[in-house]
Amino acid sequence: MAVSDTATMGTPSCTDPVALHEWYPISALVEITPGLVHRTQLLGGAISYTRTPGGSRPVVWPSGGEASGAEVDGLAVDHQLPVRVKFGYVWTTLGRPEHELFDIAECDEADRRIQNGGSIMVATSAPRAIENFLDMGHFPYVHTGILGAEPRTEVLEYDVEVTDEEILATRCLFFQPQAALSASDGQMTEYVYRVPHPYCVMLYKSVPTDASRMDVIALFCQPMTEERVRAHNFLCMVDAVNSDTALKRFQQLIFGQDKPILENQSPRRLPLDPRAETPIRADKSSISYRRWLSAKGLTYAVIPATAPSPTPAPTPAPTRSS
Amino acid sequence: MMKIYDYELSVNCYKQRLLLGILGVPYESIPVDFFPGWEHKGEAFAEINPLGHIPVIDDDGYILRDAQAILVYLALRYDPSGLWYPVTDPRVAGEVASWMAFAEGTTNTASAARLHDTLGYPFDIDTVRAGAQKLFRVLDDHVWFHEQQERPWVASAPHPTIADLALFPDVMLSEQGGISLLDYPALRRWTDRVKHIPGFTVMSGIFPAPAGAAPAGAAPGGATVGRPR
Ligand SMILES: N[C@@H](CCC(=O)N[C@@H](CS)C(=O)NCC(=O)O)C(=O)O
Ligand SMILES: [Fe+2]
Repeated sequence: MAVSDTATMGTPSCTDPVALHEWYPISALVEITPGLVHRTQLLGGAISYTRTPGGSRPVVWPSGGEASGAEVDGLAVDHQLPVRVKFGYVWTTLGRPEHELFDIAECDEADRRIQNGGSIMVATSAPRAIENFLDMGHFPYVHTGILGAEPRTEVLEYDVEVTDEEILATRCLFFQPQAALSASDGQMTEYVYRVPHPYCVMLYKSVPTDASRMDVIALFCQPMTEERVRAHNFLCMVDAVNSDTALKRFQQLIFGQDKPILENQSPRRLPLDPRAETPIRADKSSISYRRWLSAKGLTYAVIPATAPSPTPAPTPAPTRSS
Repeated sequence: MMKIYDYELSVNCYKQRLLLGILGVPYESIPVDFFPGWEHKGEAFAEINPLGHIPVIDDDGYILRDAQAILVYLALRYDPSGLWYPVTDPRVAGEVASWMAFAEGTTNTASAARLHDTLGYPFDIDTVRAGAQKLFRVLDDHVWFHEQQERPWVASAPHPTIADLALFPDVMLSEQGGISLLDYPALRRWTDRVKHIPGFTVMSGIFPAPAGAAPAGAAPGGATVGRPR
């Protein structure tokens, strides 16, 4: 492996307490082979993980010299990091979070199709990935013919509510030629976006085949470094027809279109200064997200605003007329 | 109907979709859970391809594996013009075969770098990147030299061949493996010409050429307008 420089050994380079005392996803549980070492990065440090023999319990620790793919007895590992298993993923932390992970109520519904749609590494910061996910304006240009199409490019006015715990954007409407794999026609799709964690976002969108329910798609970001992310695409769908593989393929098709766009954004870290970027990118939910991160005092993977941000953050003025 | 065992983000599967789209041949895509499911390495898929690779086609019971081999078969079977795999000119046919073999090298280097950086495959990234850069240097020089002779394509025919399609996706997506195309200006011009081939289709991560002026010599017979799918 080329991963051998000292920065990848077990010491995180992150000193931001907000980022350190947070939970992060590192892998889908089913993708971990019991008894073998898997390696990844979190907040600039190398971590290793495995499952105990029999497969039940994930074990995570700051990497020593062990190679990826080597055999390991998870029960015998010293210095284990705290672990949670939620939404099918293993979550860990390098700090001591005082809070537990957020919930997604839909996960308890019996007929939900729940799976990891793919954990894909992208050369960008976690907040850039979150902000792109929140932005409907790019659909016609990046997901042409699927999540949007010219000339129906207008993002209508929507509502944003911000609390300490989360950002909620509601009444987000957009015309979509193929809103989901289960869609047979173009439709106005209604979205709700929710940001319950600095690096996690989810959307709820009307199910093409059942207007009373909403598909849930989330992007759980694992900040490998400030400028590199592993994006875990979580799917929680209502779809009685399509195979798991087909649902994953659709999600990877969409995310694969976003990837080069994200990788071409500069700078890679998200500037939190409201004046840093043009209003085109900075729409209402994006402004709220940047302020929310500023108010938390987050400095990792962002370019902090130079002037201290007033708290509580005022409600942003609408930037689009409609 | 023709079936392809297919994965959206695979360049080698995309080559087949690209040629089938250009030739207007209908096909059914059978999605393989390549990632994160590793379905192509499983027991059931071993019946289809014991090498554990995609793409594989099933054309009415005729099963064929290997990306470059499938391009050969599809061109000979479904291209009545005979231009995509021009076997009547021995020199051009030889060049096509040579660049098709070269494409195996870009799979092992440029594709490998992208799989490492994107999906976490355990390749030695410095080795595969350096290998890709060496191949791209050779290809860029070749394409530049051809341009001086007013040959827009990798083989010396006046029209594109399956060799162009075999090489295009790895070059186009190389930045996702950390290989910048800034160093290869002739390759950038050539990929732009490929995007203007009538019937050209995209894969996730590749965007169509901006509407407007098409580069010179873009299409067989001089036509330069892309045909909607
Ligand atoms: N399959 C999803 C795609 C969701 C997705 O992952 N997209 C991210 C990346 S753009 C996003 O921005 N979501 C918008 C959206 O999903 O519609 C859909 O049907 O909408
Ligand atoms: Fe997108």
